[in-house]
Amino acid sequence: MFQIFGIPSQALFGQLLLGLINGSFYALLSLGLAVIFGMLNVINFTHGAQYMLGAFTAFFLLQYLGLGYWWAIVIAPIVVGIIGMIIERLFLKRLQNLDHLYGLLLTFGLALIIEGVFRNFFGSSGLPYAVPPSLQGGTNLGFMFLPNYRAWVVIFSLAVCLATWFLIERTKLGAYLRAATENPTLVRAFGINVPRLITVTYGVGVGLAALAGVMAAPIYNVSPQMGANLIIVVFAVVVIGGMGSIMGAIVTGFGLGLIEGLTKVFFPQAANTAIFVIMAIVLLVRPAGLFGRRI
Amino acid sequence: MTLSVAKPQALFATGRSEVIAFLVMTAVFVVAPMFAYPVFLMKVLCFALFACAFNLLIGYVGLLSFGHALFFGWASYVSAHVAKVWGLSPELAILAGTATAAVLGIVVGALAIRRQGIYFAMITLALAQMMYFFAVQAPFTYGEDGIQAVPRGRLFGIIDLSNQTNMYVTVLVIFLVCFLLIYRIINSPFGEVLKAIRENEPRAISLGYQVDRYKLMAFVLSATFAGVAGATKALVFQLASLTDVDWPMSGEVVLMTLVGGLGTVFGPAAGAFFMVTLENYLTTIGQWVFVVQGVIFVVCVMVFRRGIVGEIAHLTRVKL
Repeated sequence: MFQIFGIPSQALFGQLLLGLINGSFYALLSLGLAVIFGMLNVINFTHGAQYMLGAFTAFFLLQYLGLGYWWAIVIAPIVVGIIGMIIERLFLKRLQNLDHLYGLLLTFGLALIIEGVFRNFFGSSGLPYAVPPSLQGGTNLGFMFLPNYRAWVVIFSLAVCLATWFLIERTKLGAYLRAATENPTLVRAFGINVPRLITVTYGVGVGLAALAGVMAAPIYNVSPQMGANLIIVVFAVVVIGGMGSIMGAIVTGFGLGLIEGLTKVFFPQAANTAIFVIMAIVLLVRPAGLFGRRI
Repeated sequence: MTLSVAKPQALFATGRSEVIAFLVMTAVFVVAPMFAYPVFLMKVLCFALFACAFNLLIGYVGLLSFGHALFFGWASYVSAHVAKVWGLSPELAILAGTATAAVLGIVVGALAIRRQGIYFAMITLALAQMMYFFAVQAPFTYGEDGIQAVPRGRLFGIIDLSNQTNMYVTVLVIFLVCFLLIYRIINSPFGEVLKAIRENEPRAISLGYQVDRYKLMAFVLSATFAGVAGATKALVFQLASLTDVDWPMSGEVVLMTLVGGLGTVFGPAAGAFFMVTLENYLTTIGQWVFVVQGVIFVVCVMVFRRGIVGEIAHLTRVKL
C-alpha cells in the first residue's frame, strides 16, 4: 500500500474505478439520449425511469422466475425496449409535428408516473441484488484490489458503446439512420419505412438505459428513485458533450465519470456539483459543447 | 417590414375581455377568504405569481426553463434568513429574497441562453440541481429541517402580519401588483420583441434586434418575479425548505402553467388555483400525488394543449 498526494492508493484507485463505472452509465445513457434525440427530436426525460425499470426487471426476474443476472442482462433491455416502443407508438408519434417542448413535457409526465408507482410499491429504500456468482471475488493488482464485477461493468459497457458506435457509423442500417436524421422525407421517398425506424430507434435507446440499469443493480441496489437524480447529471453530460457525435458522447461520459471520481477523493464536498460546474465552464468557453455542432 | 413591432393601438389599449377577467379574478380573491382558509388562498396566490413569472418566459419568449425552483427556493431561503436571523422587517426580507433571485437570474440566464431549444431546458435543470446541492450543504439552510418558525414581523413597522387577514391582504396586493407589471411587460414594445423572437428568432436577428439581450432581460424578469413569489411564500408558511429548491417544484410550476394555458395572461393563475386545490384534496394519498401530476401532464400534452383558460378563450373567441 502506498500513497499518492497523501491519499492511500486503494482509496484513490477505488474512487477512480467507481468514477469509471459511473462514467460507463453516463456514456450508455447519454448515448441513448443522443440517438433518440437525433431521430425523434425529443429529449427523453423518461430515460432515468427506464434505467430504473431495467434494474427492477432484473430484480423481478430473479425474485419471481429465478432467472439470474445473465438472463436479466439479455431480457431486461428487450422488455423495457418493447415498453418504450409502445410508448413511442401511443404517445410520442402523435407529438411529432408539434413543438419539441411537448415531447419533453410528455416524457417528464411519464417519468413521474412510473417512478411514483414504483415508489408506492417499493418505498424509497433500495432492494439488494446480489453480484452473480461467476463475477464474485476480485483480483489484487498490487496497487489496488479490483472486484471482478466492477471490472466487468467497465469493460462490457465500453464494448456496448463501441458496438453502438460501429452500428451507427459503419453499417448500412446506421447509414439509413443517419440519413433519416438529416432528411426524413427524402429517406422515405427512397422506400425506407422511417416511422418504423423511429420506433426501433426509440426502443434501442431505451434498451441501452435498461442495460445500464441491470448493470447498476448489484452496485447501487434497486430503488425507485435511482434514475431520477442520475438523469439530471446525464443531461449535464449531454450539454457538455453536445449531441452531434456518438464518439463524443462516449468519451464525455467516461471522462466526466473519472473527473467526478477524482473530485470525490480530493474535494469531497464538491463531488455532487463537479459535473454541473464543468458544464457552466464549457458553456462559457465552448457554447456548442465539446463535440457539438451549433444548433 | 412585415414584422412590425410597433403596434401603438395594441400597446396601450387594453382588451375589454382582459379587463373583465382581471376584475373577476380580483373579486374572486377578495371574496374567497369568506369561504376558504386564508393560508390555502395565500398558497394559491404565491404559486399563481410563480406560474405567471414562469409563463413570462415560456409563453412569450418560448423558452422552457426547467429550473425555476432555483429562484423560488433561494429567494425563499434568503427571505426566511433575513427575517429570522437578521430580524429585519418583512418588506426588507421580501426585497432581499427578490434581489437574490434577480442576481441568480442574471448568472443562470447568461449561461443558459448560450444554447437554444431543448438544451436550454437541460441547462436550467442542471444548474438548478447544482444550487439544490448547495442548499443541502450550506449551513444556513438547516438541511432537511429547513428554516423553521420564520417570524412574519410587522410590515413597514406598523402592520402586524401575524394577523391572518393582514397577511392575506398583503399577499393579495403583492400578487396583483406583480400581475399588472407582468401584463404591462408583455404588452410593451419590449414584450412585442419577445413575441417576435418566439415566433421567428432568425428573423428577429435579421431585423437588428440583439436577441440574446432580450432573452436575458426576459429571463431575469421571470426569475425576479419567481423570487417575489418564493420570498413571500417563506413569510406566509414561516418556512423555507429543500422542497422549494428541488426539481419536482420546477416540474410543478411547468404543470400549473400548462394546465392553465401556456401563453395566456390568466392561465397560470387558473392553473395554480386548480393544482393547489387538487393537491389539497389529495394530501391523504401521499406519494400518489406524483402519479396524479404525471397523468395530468400526459393528458394535457396529448389532448388539452390549450389549457383551461386557453380553451375558454378559444371557445368564446376572446383574448384572455
